Amino acid sequence: MIELTDVHKTYAGGVRALDGAGIRIDAGELVGIVGPSGSGKSTLLHILGTLDRPTSGQVRIAGHDVGALDDAQLSALRASRIGFVFQQFHLAPGTTALDNVADGLLYSGRRRTERRELASKALTRVGLGHRLKHRTHELSGGEKQRVAIARAVAGGPALLLADEPTGALDSVSGAGVMELLGDLHRDGTTVVIITHDSDIARSLPRQVSIRDGRIVSDSSTLVGGRR
Amino acid sequence: MSTLAPRRLSTGDRLRVGAAGLHTRPMRVFLSSLGIAIGIAAMIAVVGISSSSRAELDAQLDALGTNLLSAQNGTTMMGEQAVLPLSAESMVGRIGPVTDVSAIGIVPDAKVYRSDKTPAAETKGIAAYAARTDLLETTATQLAHGTWLNNSTAQYPAVVLGAAAAERLGVSSPSPEIEILIGGRWFTVVGILEPSPLVPEIDTAALIGWPVAQEVLGFDGHATTLYARALPEQVESVQAVLGATANPEAPGEVDVAQPSDALEAQQAADQAFTALLLGIGAVALVVGGVGVANTMVISVLERRAEIGLRRSLGATRGQIRSQFLTESLMLSLLGGLAGVAIGGAVTVIYALTQDWAPVVPPWALGGGLGATLLVGCVAGLYPAARAARLSPTEALATP
Ligand SMILES: Nc1ncnc2c1ncn2[C@@H]1O[C@H](COP(=O)(O)OP(=O)(O)OP(=O)(O)O)[C@@H](O)[C@H]1O
Ligand SMILES: [Mg+2]
Repeated sequence: MIELTDVHKTYAGGVRALDGAGIRIDAGELVGIVGPSGSGKSTLLHILGTLDRPTSGQVRIAGHDVGALDDAQLSALRASRIGFVFQQFHLAPGTTALDNVADGLLYSGRRRTERRELASKALTRVGLGHRLKHRTHELSGGEKQRVAIARAVAGGPALLLADEPTGALDSVSGAGVMELLGDLHRDGTTVVIITHDSDIARSLPRQVSIRDGRIVSDSSTLVGGRR
Repeated sequence: MSTLAPRRLSTGDRLRVGAAGLHTRPMRVFLSSLGIAIGIAAMIAVVGISSSSRAELDAQLDALGTNLLSAQNGTTMMGEQAVLPLSAESMVGRIGPVTDVSAIGIVPDAKVYRSDKTPAAETKGIAAYAARTDLLETTATQLAHGTWLNNSTAQYPAVVLGAAAAERLGVSSPSPEIEILIGGRWFTVVGILEPSPLVPEIDTAALIGWPVAQEVLGFDGHATTLYARALPEQVESVQAVLGATANPEAPGEVDVAQPSDALEAQQAADQAFTALLLGIGAVALVVGGVGVANTMVISVLERRAEIGLRRSLGATRGQIRSQFLTESLMLSLLGGLAGVAIGGAVTVIYALTQDWAPVVPPWALGGGLGATLLVGCVAGLYPAARAARLSPTEALATP
């Protein structure tokens, strides 16, 4: 599904956010990425999601060599294969949950009626079937994040990337969101979750630790070969 | 391995996405499209009003005819007032394509006063003329009140006042009791004329019969201005010979004119003014465009997170660019439509107050909307390019 080989990312100003990171994630995995603040987690996720390109190193996603794709092709890849969930939800203010999720499918080439059907299904799946017509400011934090998750998965992406999805939530809502991500994983989606929270990380089948832009431990290699 | 190609947005989706940015900030949308609306409204109103006035003039000329020619006694080489021969009228009448001839002759030294108590200096610019009885038909002048001179009243001290003359003398309606002094004789006011569009000189005239002028005021019977109607297609050839026919001995002493020219010249002067106003409207439109550009730049700055999200959802740079361009176009089109409506309404209201038929030429409407789209496009180009250039991670990093 994903293969990063010796990836470096240096930001303007000389910050080495990633310094030789390598990771392989197979289809259907549920992976937690943990590490202290500033260790390069978000940077890694952006590169996994093709939102950014590495300074050097190779990135393969869903069979494509990212370095060989142009911006439009990367956009198409995101539209068809990758779903994102962000800590700040990024919902459009003043619009309904249904519209937010349906608009997430705008760039997938589906027709409007189909987008709304899929959106409604996705919202029902995340337990918000009764909140379709609620505007985003009328929802709780946990509900907002579930709308964001519904938006990320409505089109059935192969890969779901979540950057601190519980970061802005209390522990109860956070647990709900994690449960939801677990359900999606059981249904076959590859899920990568970035988190600060080591309890959350421990609950995941595979944990990858990152520090100073390098992968410092990976539970799958510690136990000596998964699967 | 599948090939990756971004999907195109349908036109409906593109419009919906463009409009989405406008929904959330109605006040800003209103204010920034207002500038465009004012510019377009000004331009449409200027074009509309001038077209309505032009159409009115065309209709007026149609009704009045452009085939009226006038021949006035000019000045001699010595600088004295020339005299048209007594035979001038009948000679002109014999020109083949001339269908009607009429004439007026100024009655020299016949001062016009409202009463005998009026100080002698106060003639108010009113002159007494002997008039042929067919003057009104020939010059397409309308009677406002009372009666016009006929063969019998032309023998008696009866006077018909031009519109301005009646007003200056304070005569609002003719009556057997109202008499005015002309050359020291009392004349009864029997009629008042409407303003004459083709021959405004009779507006300030006191018109009396040819015979009575000769009998009691010492008028010499020489016409001072001839009015001739010619067959429309021969107006030019008649104009060419009119002077020589009216005064064969001194054709150069006759001033020949086509009175409808004066109206058209007036219109041409109005058009120069219209062009100036149109230019002011265009400046307003450009200022409106700057407002739209400003709004769009701010909008792009404020919506970086949205741009980042859309990129993460798979929007291409082109789709982001097109979103903001569409938004800019809609913003200015909104102003343009409002401007067209306001400009049209101003034209209709103004035309109605002037008793004109309102005319807004379709090219002005089309041009107005076209200009709006152009302005929206130009105003949106830079902000849209900025939005598209934003990298997804940078855009997402803004809270
Ligand atoms: N756009 C950028 N320009 C310059 N430096 C950056 C940029 N983004 C991140 N960095 C730097 O790169 C390093 C890694 O950042 P990153 O956001 O990946 O960390 P993180 O692990 O996600 O941290 P946190 O847990 O606080 O979110 C940090 O030192 C950060 O300051
Ligand atoms: Mg981070």
